[in-house]
Amino acid sequence: MAQQRATYTPPKSGLLSRFANAEAVIAYLFILPSMIGFVLFYAYPALRAVTISFLEWNLLSDPEFVGFQNYQDIFSDERFWRSLQATGAYVLWNIPLQTALAIGMAIMLDRFSVTVSTLLRGLVILPWLMPNVIVALLWLWMLDPSIGIANVLLGAVGVPQQDFLGNPNQAIAWIAVINIWRHAGYNAILIFAGLKTIPNSLYEAASIDGANGWTQFRKITLPLLRPVMVFVLVTTVIGSFQVFDTIAVTTNGGPAGATRVIIFYIIDEIFNRRISMGTATAASVVLFCILISVTIIQMRFLQADQSDLADYS
Amino acid sequence: MTSMDTLKNNSPEKPKRDDISSPGFFSRFTWSDVVMLVILVTLIIAILFPFWWVLRTALTSPNMVYDTTSLVPVEPTLFNFERVLGLVDSADLVGMENSNVSVATLNFWVFLRNSFIFSLTITMGQTLFSTMAAYAFARFKFPFRDTIFFIYLMGLMVPAIVLFIPNFVLIRQMGLIGTFAGLIAPFFLMTPFAVFFMRQFFLSLNRDLEEAATLDGASKFGIFWRVALPLVQGPIFTLAILTFIQSWNEYLWPLLVGRDEEIRVLTVALAIFRQQTPQGAPDWAGLMAGTTVAIIPTILIFIFFGRKVVDSIQFSGFK
Repeated sequence: MAQQRATYTPPKSGLLSRFANAEAVIAYLFILPSMIGFVLFYAYPALRAVTISFLEWNLLSDPEFVGFQNYQDIFSDERFWRSLQATGAYVLWNIPLQTALAIGMAIMLDRFSVTVSTLLRGLVILPWLMPNVIVALLWLWMLDPSIGIANVLLGAVGVPQQDFLGNPNQAIAWIAVINIWRHAGYNAILIFAGLKTIPNSLYEAASIDGANGWTQFRKITLPLLRPVMVFVLVTTVIGSFQVFDTIAVTTNGGPAGATRVIIFYIIDEIFNRRISMGTATAASVVLFCILISVTIIQMRFLQADQSDLADYS
Repeated sequence: MTSMDTLKNNSPEKPKRDDISSPGFFSRFTWSDVVMLVILVTLIIAILFPFWWVLRTALTSPNMVYDTTSLVPVEPTLFNFERVLGLVDSADLVGMENSNVSVATLNFWVFLRNSFIFSLTITMGQTLFSTMAAYAFARFKFPFRDTIFFIYLMGLMVPAIVLFIPNFVLIRQMGLIGTFAGLIAPFFLMTPFAVFFMRQFFLSLNRDLEEAATLDGASKFGIFWRVALPLVQGPIFTLAILTFIQSWNEYLWPLLVGRDEEIRVLTVALAIFRQQTPQGAPDWAGLMAGTTVAIIPTILIFIFFGRKVVDSIQFSGFK
């Protein structure tokens, strides 16, 4: 085999011959279908989103270039700012609760014996496998103010009857609860995998030094979980900003617009309020910019590029 | 010997046998064990109870759906399932003097079939074409390889909604709104995640077998198909399961493109059913029967392949 490699002569370096060599041709045939898919449904629409956001267009008449008019329109639209506010409220309910719950579940999964832990990891993933629409329906039924089981259970322990999703002050928090129920197990499994990478010797050393459980958690577990936590936080924050399915099925933006989040605003611009591709797309571009900014801030804040495990070895 | 052990050995009432009625059985559990057990039971109930409540409601007579005092179905009946599966003539439902029963025509068989067509087609196309691309990125040398792969990865960061509006416009311009082709097109050829996922497995694969096949004069495609593919059967299967679940759960895109009844998928159908039932007194029994039907495929995947899904999630955290 070594001989075979030694007799190999590299192809001539001209651009044409680089493309013409058999391996490159076959490689391009291999990636051709995926490239067609990527260009048509990722690259082209991503660029087109920017151009559409400068057009006034209702799909029926000819599009008209209006410059930054669409951006000015949405920035002066009170409904747009309220949708951002609702989205922000959702993220603030969802992320801290979900992350704390996921960390707790992961630590618990780590404590149980292998058999119990394996079975539990299967179980906690069950809600995540379900469609958002199904999860939303299931909770909508349980949280029904008049005949839902939630009020029956609350009544049994003496808590007054709640409106849940019908209460403008609580609706967004309950949407968060529903999605936490679906998603926390998924994050717990990611964090659990992270816990498994922390060497046991660190905890043993800490015990010998007299560090208690809480100190160990703060000084060893959390810092060493950072790479996984960056992944979990970045993906869940990006996902949270795009919440839609659950709201569409349960509150449909209500009550009193309390759950009218940004994606809802965008869909409304296209289908309900007016057929305006320009403003809808402009809003989606603004959302993209928000997501990029938030991600960069998170990366900075969490110092994503540093690994603490190296400090210990 | 620690103080704990000393204490135990010296205690006069220490029982000889550790049967459950003796205090010795419990003394082996610490408080933290009890706390863990309570948390464990709470977690299991929190996850499983909603599913039971769906099934219980689906099996309850529509007249008794307001009766929430019972944890088991009240006046158990399969009537709700018969209704959502179109086994009951809707003319009979109109005649029923019952405000709890929706007379909206439901044909879940059609929606179930549509969901299967949508999900299976996407799964087959996406898995095949993404795996081929992943193999090329992992094994072949060609100009702009790393650049193209990097651009693919950038596609992961663009929010779905940014792509969905122009894609909706494109599908509309192609006249494919309301067709399976339009529903399936954006997901059929690739997703950046699928390419990335499979590339990782090809990279971790030992090249020896493929090099041996090259020496034997096998073609590049032959090596891919007969040597490399069988070695990554497991990951391919996992990717297929993940893709199927994701397609089965998709709501926003089918809502934009496929509201028409002939191609309506289950998620959209359930949401529309929910919107059509009267706001004050929704047809909960019918709705939950429909929900149960839609859950079954997911439950089957969970039972047979749950372990694979868990493993793939653990893998995905370490990109």
